Amino acid sequence: MNATGVSEYRRREESITLSAMGKPHPDGSHDELLTLNFGPHHPATHGVLRLLVNLQGEVVRSIKPIIGYVHTGIEKTAEDKAYWKVIPVVERMDYASYYFNATAYCCAVETLAEVEVPKRAQYLRVIHLELNRIASHLLWLGTSALDLGAISMFWYCFREREQILDLFEMSSGQRMHTRYIQVGGVIEDIPRGFEEKVRAFTSVMPGRADQYNALLHSNEIVLARLRGTCAVDADTLLSLGVTGPLLRAAGNPWDLRKADPYSSYEDFQFKIPVGTVGDNYDRFAVRVAEMYESVKIIEQAIEGLPEGPHITTDRKVALPPRHELATSMEALIHHFKLVTEGFRVPPGEVYFPIESPRGELGCFVRSDGSSKPARVHMRDPSFVNLQALSAMAEGSYIADLIATLAMLDPILGGIDR
Amino acid sequence: MEVRRKHGQASGGALRVRRARSRELLRGAELHGPNVPRHVATVDLEGEELERYVHERVLTTTLEKAVAWGRSNSFFPLAFGLACCALEAPMHVVASRVDIARFGFEAFRASPRQADLIILSGRVSIKMAPIIRRLYDQMLEPKWAISMGACCSSMGVFNNYALVPADKFMPIDVHVPGCPPRPEALMHGILKLRKMVQEHPDAPWRERYGAIGTEERRPSTGGEQGGAGSPEGSVLRGAANPRGEGPAGA
Repeated sequence: MNATGVSEYRRREESITLSAMGKPHPDGSHDELLTLNFGPHHPATHGVLRLLVNLQGEVVRSIKPIIGYVHTGIEKTAEDKAYWKVIPVVERMDYASYYFNATAYCCAVETLAEVEVPKRAQYLRVIHLELNRIASHLLWLGTSALDLGAISMFWYCFREREQILDLFEMSSGQRMHTRYIQVGGVIEDIPRGFEEKVRAFTSVMPGRADQYNALLHSNEIVLARLRGTCAVDADTLLSLGVTGPLLRAAGNPWDLRKADPYSSYEDFQFKIPVGTVGDNYDRFAVRVAEMYESVKIIEQAIEGLPEGPHITTDRKVALPPRHELATSMEALIHHFKLVTEGFRVPPGEVYFPIESPRGELGCFVRSDGSSKPARVHMRDPSFVNLQALSAMAEGSYIADLIATLAMLDPILGGIDR
Repeated sequence: MEVRRKHGQASGGALRVRRARSRELLRGAELHGPNVPRHVATVDLEGEELERYVHERVLTTTLEKAVAWGRSNSFFPLAFGLACCALEAPMHVVASRVDIARFGFEAFRASPRQADLIILSGRVSIKMAPIIRRLYDQMLEPKWAISMGACCSSMGVFNNYALVPADKFMPIDVHVPGCPPRPEALMHGILKLRKMVQEHPDAPWRERYGAIGTEERRPSTGGEQGGAGSPEGSVLRGAANPRGEGPAGA
């Protein structure tokens, strides 16, 4: 490392010019662009993304992403289901952050139906959302490090991920796609012993994140591959619609948890990590720093968890408790109506954005007054962020394209839906 | 493979009886039965003839079993993820809690040409199906396929225009239910596959899917089966070939 922060390896690499390219050689041959097909089956594309990359030598000249290989028709399927039966379907869009999908959808429906969410339910949502954010970042960190050649990170990250998935399983019964978030609250109160297990996790997690930093921040190869590569400034990113850690890495502290708090995020003290130049290293560092902040939020939410109901008492929207069915005719009728037809939502449309691990996840719901949504649309951050890939990686080396794609953290289920 | 043996059962006289029985078996005594002609069973061979007899009958089957045992314990799965299940299948199953390496499944290959097991982990869209079929065709025989999760087996919660179940376009050996299945569930499916490979090493999916005759074989070298060998490395051949493709060398 010299004074400017650029390693000797990187300096020598960049000293190679391409001036000789494009000119005919003495033997009559000539250099030309090579179009390389990347994917859809490729270990480094984090799913089934397909890229058409034009290469001049080793330098990327243009990138054309081709998507749609996991198109599932989720938005269309959602139009065919009652409001509360849409939740498991939208959860499977961005499959690494299922709590976020469900929360965005449920918050949108609650806004339309004007349902009040109890404070305890909001705190329980925050606990699970932040646990999911850590799990999603751990998935990103493990697989991205794998792309950079650091295989041991994978084992460490997935050790912690197992712990989080155990917590999800404890509160909802499923490891993934838990259907925990409901319209009006959460499906069940947390079981006995859950708080202790969350506290045990939050006490070890910062130390584990320190371990990741110790492994990666002092690794010469990782630093050489991340520092100063593929930097894009915040204005360009904003004009491309990029949000989330990518935008924050470029220095813009835009975070919907602070900018437009939902689900009681205004109650918690936390910082927004920002980068300086917006290169791959900043993208990496911002996400690792976010894990510490998420741990802080979970600790505060567990500490200040209010008493009260875990779901709204509005029987038109939420199922009545099981014991009421045996005694109350009213409850039986509500239960029957909800299970057979679902609840009706007054006509109107709403867009509800939340901050997912990848950026602004917005849910647009239009209601025509029936018990099924007329339209459900997700503004998925992976989809919007993907169009910044060309701005980031064009003009860089193909090895840096892999690192950039890893730091972009696209989830193809969210892109294709 | 289950081994149930009580201690002390094989000692003393019982052992001598079993030794004598095995010696008889080597001489062809296993052929005693209702369907075996008496003259075959009673033939008493000595010396070189006996050696050849044993070599033909006993050793070949044992070798097959040994190969199946080796195959079933050293799978090379294709590193291939489609959707949600990919988090549970190639990732959490490899990670330290479930640790698929205990059963020899951990060597994930990025190229289908080096793999002999494809785990379809997630939903298969109509756009992706031909690619998966191509990957499956590129894998070398013998090969197996696991369909993981509800989407891949039956389209799951999305019963709509975009998806196609994997059974429609390729043979599947094991279906693992769940949405997504736990890593332990996939482990159970993999152990089922292992048992299947050990007990039926000849890949019975061809019978189930009516695909007998589509085996890839080496090009013939001489006058056997229709003249000159083809220039390609492998030829699809056989009367039962459903697509009606003859040898490529024709």
